[in-house]
Amino acid sequence: MKITVNGVCYKLAEDMGARLLSDWLREDLGLIGTKIGCGIGVCGSCTVLVDKLAKRSCLLKLSDVQDHEITTIEGIANADGTLHPLQEAFVDCGAIQCGFCTPGMVISALALLMKNPRPTRDEIRKALKGNLCRCTGYQQIIDAVELAATKLYSTKQSSK
Amino acid sequence: MKQAFRNDALAKVTGRAKYTDDYSMPGMLHALPLHADCSSALLRGIDISKAAKMPGVLRIITAEDVPGEIKFGQIIRDYPVLAHKRIRSSGDVLALVVAQSRGEANAALKEIKLELKDSPGLYDPHQALLPDAPLIHPEHGSNICNYHRVRTGDITAGEKEADIIIEESFSTSRVEHAYLEPESALAHLRPDGVMEVIGSMQHPFSTRRFVAATLGFELKDVEVKTVPMGGGFGGKDDTAALVCARAALCAYLCGRPVKITYSREMSMKESYKRHPYDISYRMGVKRDGGISFVQVRMVADGGAYCSVTPWVTWRSTVQCSGCYEAPNVHCDVYGVYTNNIFTGAFRGFGSPQVNWAIEQLVEIAAEKLGMDEVDFRRMNMLKQGSVTVTKQKLDSHTVSLNEVMDKVLTEIDYHKKRKLCSFGDPSLDKWYGIGFAISYRGMSLGAEGVDMNSAILNVQPDGSVLLETGVHENGQGSESAMILIAAEELGLPVSRIRYRMPSTSNIPDGGTTVASRGTIMGGGATTKAAEILRSIISEAVKDHMGKSVDRFEDGWILDARDQRICSWDEAIRLCYSKQIYPYAFGVFQAPRVSWDEDTGHGDAYFTWVYGCQAVELEVEPKTGKISILNMVAAHDVGRAINPDMVKGQFYGGMTMGAGYGLIEEMPVKEGAVTATNLHQYKVLRSTDLPEMTAIIVENPDPLSPSKAKGIGEPTLEITAPAIANAVYRATGKRYTDQPIKIRRESEDNG
Ligand code: FES
Ligand code: FES
Repeated sequence: MKITVNGVCYKLAEDMGARLLSDWLREDLGLIGTKIGCGIGVCGSCTVLVDKLAKRSCLLKLSDVQDHEITTIEGIANADGTLHPLQEAFVDCGAIQCGFCTPGMVISALALLMKNPRPTRDEIRKALKGNLCRCTGYQQIIDAVELAATKLYSTKQSSK
Repeated sequence: MKQAFRNDALAKVTGRAKYTDDYSMPGMLHALPLHADCSSALLRGIDISKAAKMPGVLRIITAEDVPGEIKFGQIIRDYPVLAHKRIRSSGDVLALVVAQSRGEANAALKEIKLELKDSPGLYDPHQALLPDAPLIHPEHGSNICNYHRVRTGDITAGEKEADIIIEESFSTSRVEHAYLEPESALAHLRPDGVMEVIGSMQHPFSTRRFVAATLGFELKDVEVKTVPMGGGFGGKDDTAALVCARAALCAYLCGRPVKITYSREMSMKESYKRHPYDISYRMGVKRDGGISFVQVRMVADGGAYCSVTPWVTWRSTVQCSGCYEAPNVHCDVYGVYTNNIFTGAFRGFGSPQVNWAIEQLVEIAAEKLGMDEVDFRRMNMLKQGSVTVTKQKLDSHTVSLNEVMDKVLTEIDYHKKRKLCSFGDPSLDKWYGIGFAISYRGMSLGAEGVDMNSAILNVQPDGSVLLETGVHENGQGSESAMILIAAEELGLPVSRIRYRMPSTSNIPDGGTTVASRGTIMGGGATTKAAEILRSIISEAVKDHMGKSVDRFEDGWILDARDQRICSWDEAIRLCYSKQIYPYAFGVFQAPRVSWDEDTGHGDAYFTWVYGCQAVELEVEPKTGKISILNMVAAHDVGRAINPDMVKGQFYGGMTMGAGYGLIEEMPVKEGAVTATNLHQYKVLRSTDLPEMTAIIVENPDPLSPSKAKGIGEPTLEITAPAIANAVYRATGKRYTDQPIKIRRESEDNG
């Protein structure tokens, strides 16, 4: 069984297939940015990218993701270590309080922007519906996603 | 314009921030609690024989194994670290399983057998108050955990003066904090004999007390360190401290590091909630619109343990008539023991319940008088120099109720939109309503507790600064606010200041970071420390360079004629070369407050904040669905240290407050919580909310050294009544019980 996480390919024994993806990421790989808020798929704090889709890692078994590419919050910064524009926007917009929801939020937003580079605020709200935040009231998180979209889009336009 | 600043943003946005469960240690074991699951019983025995033989299990710990004290409490010691002989709540922990892994601990939990004898439980606080009710804590002598009152003026005279008397009862929900990170603790006994604990808790000092008492240690032998915490909202005080004490107990008995991380299910089962209140008001008003008397009785369900019920209900007592002048007041407030899941500190701390009621009541009164609800409020509200119902004169700071109300009503265009309200018009298939609410709020703990805080500024030989305060970072950005205050006071960029990971062994007990006291108390202490530090440096410069320092700016030390004397770094080098430590310890003691339990009179809080919120919404008559269209808030924060973080408090508080009005209610059956996880206890999601507008009002407070007050709680305490008032104007019906569930025509007739 093979699983790629943040660009690194892991070969695993078949009998690992029943293990939860969230446990494996946190406990075996030490990727603690993936958080556990509910363990039953309702809070979104464990969200990771499976290929290009945002998925809740507490609901996935390793066998569900074999031969797929997983991206966690640790894997989205630029290669030189600088922040991804989406991460930058979260910092700049004051979108972070306790930060427990932040990794999942960033991942869900990233999945949205890959699909829809110019989302409306309503579309952002819908895309983040599965991610609970008890601290921020979501408003500055939505500001952040909007800002990142604008920035990413204009860089893309100018590099064309 | 100041920019958003957070010292912890980078770590959090990259996933590198380490919360308690993200830590592990070599040889670490895992422990999990066994909960009672019934609310009232005698515990005859615990059979661990089978569970102890399960794979991976090292030890099973019960009350008999506790070397120190078993019961704790910040006010009354009634809350057991492990329940002994008697079960009073379904959240009681009866045993701890320590195993190699969480999975193994979990499996063994199921094999523990209990021998119980049922004893009847009390689930209705009104019944618990009856003279023949069985006692939840016989040693307390009564089911009344606490009683507060206010007796002001003459209630009989007030009745005589009244032209109209309004009587109305209200009830409020039991609410889950629903911080996103469940409780977690990691403890290990260091080689030097100190029990070191990290945990997801918001009161490191009470945690230290609980840990020390459980183990029979002295306070010097326990060190509680602070790591990032995934939300608290008042909810990570007692329960979370006991989780830490249990981890320490396991670590002590097993001689190895032990981590306890709760599942969401465990967290919901055991953690305390917001107090549900039953509130009955009688209010007299005169034709001219003045309030002639307020009579109120409140019964707060404290559940099985005291926690901070006396303090929570005390705030309700002080603020029992809302932000209005009332010459005659008769108020009785009871905190009552039952076998329900217990209740404690929760953002708002006794004010959301009162505001839910009083902010609807004043509108009912205005309507009966044929008066506009804005005019009625304006006439009766507390103004500069007003005397509160507890006989405190408000003259030490700006009383800005009128200002915040006007700002909100103008921003939302209240008077125009007020005319568009549907009042349940049957010809419409969508009803529109607008409503608002106002409040005042005493800052910090007031006469509730010892109120002081300290800060250490320790300048290193290279001029960089270590800052530490007794304030705990709950996720609200208080460390960042302290850094900004220090930076401003010392004329340094924030990059020169590091907030040192606080430890209970280094900074004195600063009390709990609740009651929105982080900024005002910690900020006060930081300002004081900076004052001392500036005078140490100024003296050194004067003595050794012969120049008088006027101020510290942009990394320079300046004289009165704006001339640079030397750079900050040079001044620090000078200090060290002359054997002077640029080190300061600053203390801020809250100005004196007073309280007379008998009359309910006193200067309850040293300063107050004021706020107003308005809501527009739509109700679908067919389905009863409520959609919020707009929310606007104005709060006087004294001074906004970190405006973007302040706004974040607005949005977060309003969202939590809206949930309180609309959907949040923790279901209980025979005292036990029946919602097991966040699919059954729902909180608002991004799609449930409109765009919000936050208006920061700044009237610097002379009694606060940093001029700032607090914002954490005010933002939550008036959203629900604003919604209720808007729902009234949409539907034409009053909803006095939380959460609001729209009655449809058929239900009304049936
Ligand atoms: S932990 Fe996976 S959705 Fe909550
Ligand atoms: S920032 Fe705390 S849950 Fe979102």
